[in-house]
Amino acid sequence: MVSLKNKSVKEKTVNENSPLVEIKNLKKYFPVGSQSLKAVDGLDLKIYAGETVGLVGESGCGKSTAGRTITRLYEPTEGEVLFQGKNIFDYKPGEMSHIRREIQMIFQDPYASLNPRMKVEELIGEPLAIHGISKGKERRKRVEDLLKLVGLSPEHITRFPHEFSGGQRQRIGIARALALNPKFIVCDEPISALDVSIQAQVVNLLKELQKEMGLTYLFIAHDLSMVKYISDRILVMYLGRMMELSDSDSLTKDPLHPYTQALLSAVPIPDPTIKRERIVLKGDVPSPINPPSGCVFRTRCPKAMEICSSAVPEWKEQKPGHYVACHLYW
Amino acid sequence: MENLLEVNDLHITFHTYAGKVQAVRGVNFEVKKGEAVAIVGESGCGKSVTAKSIMRLLETPPAEYGTGSISFGGKDLIKMSEKEMQKIRGNEISMIFQDPMTSLNPTTKIGSQIMEGILKHNNNISRKDAYERALETLKLVGIPQPEKRMQQYPHEFSGGMRQRAMIAMALACEPKLLIADEPTTALDVTIQAQILELMKDIQRRMDTSIILITHDLGVVAETCERVVVMYAGKVVETGTVEAIFANPQHPYTRGLLKTVPRLDMEKTAPLVPIIGSPPDLLDPPKGCPFYPRCESAMKVCKEHDPELEVVEEGQTAACWLHHPMAKATRVQAPTNV
Repeated sequence: MVSLKNKSVKEKTVNENSPLVEIKNLKKYFPVGSQSLKAVDGLDLKIYAGETVGLVGESGCGKSTAGRTITRLYEPTEGEVLFQGKNIFDYKPGEMSHIRREIQMIFQDPYASLNPRMKVEELIGEPLAIHGISKGKERRKRVEDLLKLVGLSPEHITRFPHEFSGGQRQRIGIARALALNPKFIVCDEPISALDVSIQAQVVNLLKELQKEMGLTYLFIAHDLSMVKYISDRILVMYLGRMMELSDSDSLTKDPLHPYTQALLSAVPIPDPTIKRERIVLKGDVPSPINPPSGCVFRTRCPKAMEICSSAVPEWKEQKPGHYVACHLYW
Repeated sequence: MENLLEVNDLHITFHTYAGKVQAVRGVNFEVKKGEAVAIVGESGCGKSVTAKSIMRLLETPPAEYGTGSISFGGKDLIKMSEKEMQKIRGNEISMIFQDPMTSLNPTTKIGSQIMEGILKHNNNISRKDAYERALETLKLVGIPQPEKRMQQYPHEFSGGMRQRAMIAMALACEPKLLIADEPTTALDVTIQAQILELMKDIQRRMDTSIILITHDLGVVAETCERVVVMYAGKVVETGTVEAIFANPQHPYTRGLLKTVPRLDMEKTAPLVPIIGSPPDLLDPPKGCPFYPRCESAMKVCKEHDPELEVVEEGQTAACWLHHPMAKATRVQAPTNV
């Protein structure tokens, strides 16, 4: 594997004091007629350099909107995202480009996120062209290096996306995200469109790149077993709100929130000898346009109490580093 | 127990501009009465084509049935006329599809869509009785307020509810065999749990046989009794779930089990990907199709395709490692997969 030296390598060790990304009370509402859809409703999260934070939840919980707002693909309704201490929303559109070099994104669908009319050289070279980083032979060399880095052959440089399989396309997407030597990458369901035997290849690649280049990931996914595998810490969201945050072992072994417990018990385990009592949640996720009062999960919660409908549970550090928003812990 | 369905040496090719795609190349398996069988494999391995061929839903051309037979209750489905098939489809064999949004008619009320099958397959039934039966099935699949739901359109249903409505439609005529093609892939895990629970319940209550097509090994372990593993249009291994998960005999099955992370597994165990990708079925390889990706590949694998053979009681595998000549130097399967 070709090494691409990056200045962030030095910052690889998780620094407890100054987070690389600090998300403060982030809200994103979408207008729907006269009402508003609260896709993300108060996200607070610190992401430290070199770590991977997994963001999980069911469809419609706001995890993708959160990812897109954090990268400023959406303007927030409220709140701040501090990148290395500076709020990225304070920059004028013209000043965003140097932040965009540092924060990149890998998208879910490798079929939709690559322009079918562009060759690999143009696809991966485009960020370099936009930021005016290198030209001609030098840029071509850089693209070839990036291809090698993600496990593709430099000969692939003249090919079009349709000539690649899903896993290879996702590798191209990763190479493109890495082109500008970013520090922070938001991975929005990067493997859910891939076959099982290919998923492990891409996840292992992401892990290797992180080690080599000191990358920091926000890994958005709905597959809890994969999120557990790749993440240092996991944040569980439901209807735009944070439910639980903890390091991944503690979250999967000892989940505190009833929603996390149900989510974990719903994940099928590939071992027929294990028989579990499964918590099957009743009904569907309510509409985010008109979410339930109090705790948003209470309509499906097997342990709901009276207080849950009247008061929003506070975000509380129940155990060191293990946060939960639930009235059970008051 | 008697076999409800027997698929023997099924061959299906598709005629495309690029040439003949040999999607299914000699598939054998059987489904017993009241049994849930899983067909697992990656996209393009022919699992959906096999399922659709049982329902005779493949358009011919471009599809073409080669040799082989699909025997259902003693009759060969491939030889049946379209008219005879219509009596089977939705009545004795039904199917549920992956995406409940695209498989329901958006312009027709859910109630009418369920009643359509009932009216079609029962000549003497009145509309009123058909309505009652549709209502019963909606209740059976756990849809609240079924009277109101009967009058609604698919867009008024959530994803999980749509899949329940699909299952209701499939069950309306009490079929002997239910084919579920990735029924939960488009759904969230909590909804997936509900749907799988429902399918298990129906299997127990109505003694329906189920063919579940999926790529999720967790789903297989929790819902099925037997497993058929497919690769590149062929069956590479069959067996009971217990045998397949505890003692996989084909390197591909072993690879699949090692490539998925498990929630109950320590993070330190690395994921072992299966290197490379499946072969192109326009021009399938002469030998074992898994040969280029196999960690135990031998010389013979490149030239000769292994047959499916019994390796243990109730377990078959298509792999040269089980040939007596290979067994002398056989690598033991790792136990902790």
